[in-house]
Amino acid sequence: MSKHTVTIEINGSSITREVDSRLLLVHFLREELVMTGTHIGCDTSHCGACTVLIDGRSVKSCTLFTMQANGKSLTTIEGMETEGKLHPLQEGFHQEHGLQCGFCTPGMIMRAAELLDKNPNPTEEEIRWGISGNLCRCTGYVNIIKAVQYAAEKIQKEAT
Amino acid sequence: MIPPPYEYLNPNQLSEAISLLQKHGEEAKILAGGHSLIPAMKLRFALPEYLIDISGIEGMDFLREEEGQLRIGAMSRESSLEESELISEKYPLLLDTAKMIADPQVRNMATVGGNLAHGDPANDHPAAMIALRARVVVEGPNGSREIGIDDFFTDFFTTALQNNEILTEIKIPAAPPNSGGSYQKIERKVGDYAAAAVACQLSFDAGGTIQQIGIGLTNVGPIPLRSNSAEDHLRGQIPDDSLIRESGRLAAEDCDPVDDLRGSAEYKRDLVNELTQRAIKISIERSERGS
Ligand SMILES: Cc1cc2nc3c(=O)[nH]c(=O)nc-3n(C[C@H](O)[C@H](O)[C@H](O)COP(=O)(O)OP(=O)(O)OC[C@H]3O[C@@H](n4cnc5c(N)ncnc54)[C@H](O)[C@@H]3O)c2cc1C
Ligand code: FES
Ligand code: FES
Repeated sequence: MSKHTVTIEINGSSITREVDSRLLLVHFLREELVMTGTHIGCDTSHCGACTVLIDGRSVKSCTLFTMQANGKSLTTIEGMETEGKLHPLQEGFHQEHGLQCGFCTPGMIMRAAELLDKNPNPTEEEIRWGISGNLCRCTGYVNIIKAVQYAAEKIQKEAT
Repeated sequence: MIPPPYEYLNPNQLSEAISLLQKHGEEAKILAGGHSLIPAMKLRFALPEYLIDISGIEGMDFLREEEGQLRIGAMSRESSLEESELISEKYPLLLDTAKMIADPQVRNMATVGGNLAHGDPANDHPAAMIALRARVVVEGPNGSREIGIDDFFTDFFTTALQNNEILTEIKIPAAPPNSGGSYQKIERKVGDYAAAAVACQLSFDAGGTIQQIGIGLTNVGPIPLRSNSAEDHLRGQIPDDSLIRESGRLAAEDCDPVDDLRGSAEYKRDLVNELTQRAIKISIERSERGS
């Protein structure tokens, strides 16, 4: 099977590896790099647990070959905390009880990160629409929405 | 699920991609966003020996109006349509369609070209492109050619693309004044393919008669369909309720759905009837005449 050299900037560090053509990005993260924060829920592009950011855009890493991320900049849940300080979204999920089992949380946070980047002050409807590609089997979404609203407020406060 | 082994190729020129297609023939496939192809590979529905990733080729991702046409590069992502001012101001049908496709993450990868080239009658852009009377530009070893959208979908999951050709762009007649469009889709949940959907695009002349009309139907036949009889019924007319009602009935007659998990054929015909009427009414509202 063919091997290729791939270089990806992951959470700020450049990482180079030899990978098979068919290696999915989520397996590269979890198995090659042992970065297990990115989850696999459905494996069929539906649940969003595997969401990461590529060049700031949220994508489902179970539906991308690692090679498709070559030369790009990737952010995973492990990259959200800076200098021991939680990202406002992480803080929001903590404060607002936005998780129960936590399986969907990394994907929810990565998806919400792009949402808030594009739309810093979303309405509830926009948040619901914005996370429509992420499934949660526990919370009923209400506290997830509160968590995103908490983060939106905090980010805006910090900016002023 | 792990996709089958294959060889990854990533040309950075269109000509190189075409040479690779020529060299590997049936064994090669183009990889655009991969959001139809990778799921199909996981399920072993597709077993290509070679994938030619065209995302590194410059100049295939654009969206502009030029010489009376809207030109959409094949590699434009669905999210670019959603975020485009030009699209939201002048092409409500395309905006509706992009928003109804899959979910935000999928739309960040999925391309408009891939949505057509896949030839899936359940995909949403084909019906929209039928309503908009698009032309598809493809490039092969002997240069480029244009294919009218009505000649593009030839059979179930089959298009007029030859296996040494690449879809490079989609050309749509620029929206005239007094025009409007709408895409009406019923899905079981976000991210699902349509149980049925209807695309409508129309324009009025100064006297208020319908000048151009396009009606495309999603997932109610082996290929995406045009409802010729509904179009003929409306063209040249000043629309009123009974005309619109009859157009819905005619569109339902034109389609050819089958029973499946998304509903019975009868239910889908009823959906087409209703959605056609809604799509026409909203298109009228959105054209300047109605507003
Ligand atoms: C969870 C999920 C939900 C979805 N829901 C919807 C939905 O509701 N509506 C909908 O319309 N779609 C839906 N899709 C499909 C999605 O929009 C696809 O991504 C799209 O149909 C194909 O685009 P792509 O760029 O991903 O193409 P790819 O998967 O890369 O390619 C698809 C096929 O087209 C060929 N191809 C692609 N581009 C070209 C080109 N430029 N020239 C020649 N051949 C080419 C490929 O060789 C392949 O055979 C969904 C997908 C997923 C994963
Ligand atoms: S694991 Fe990728 S979408 Fe569910
Ligand atoms: S918290 Fe359990 S799936 Fe969301």
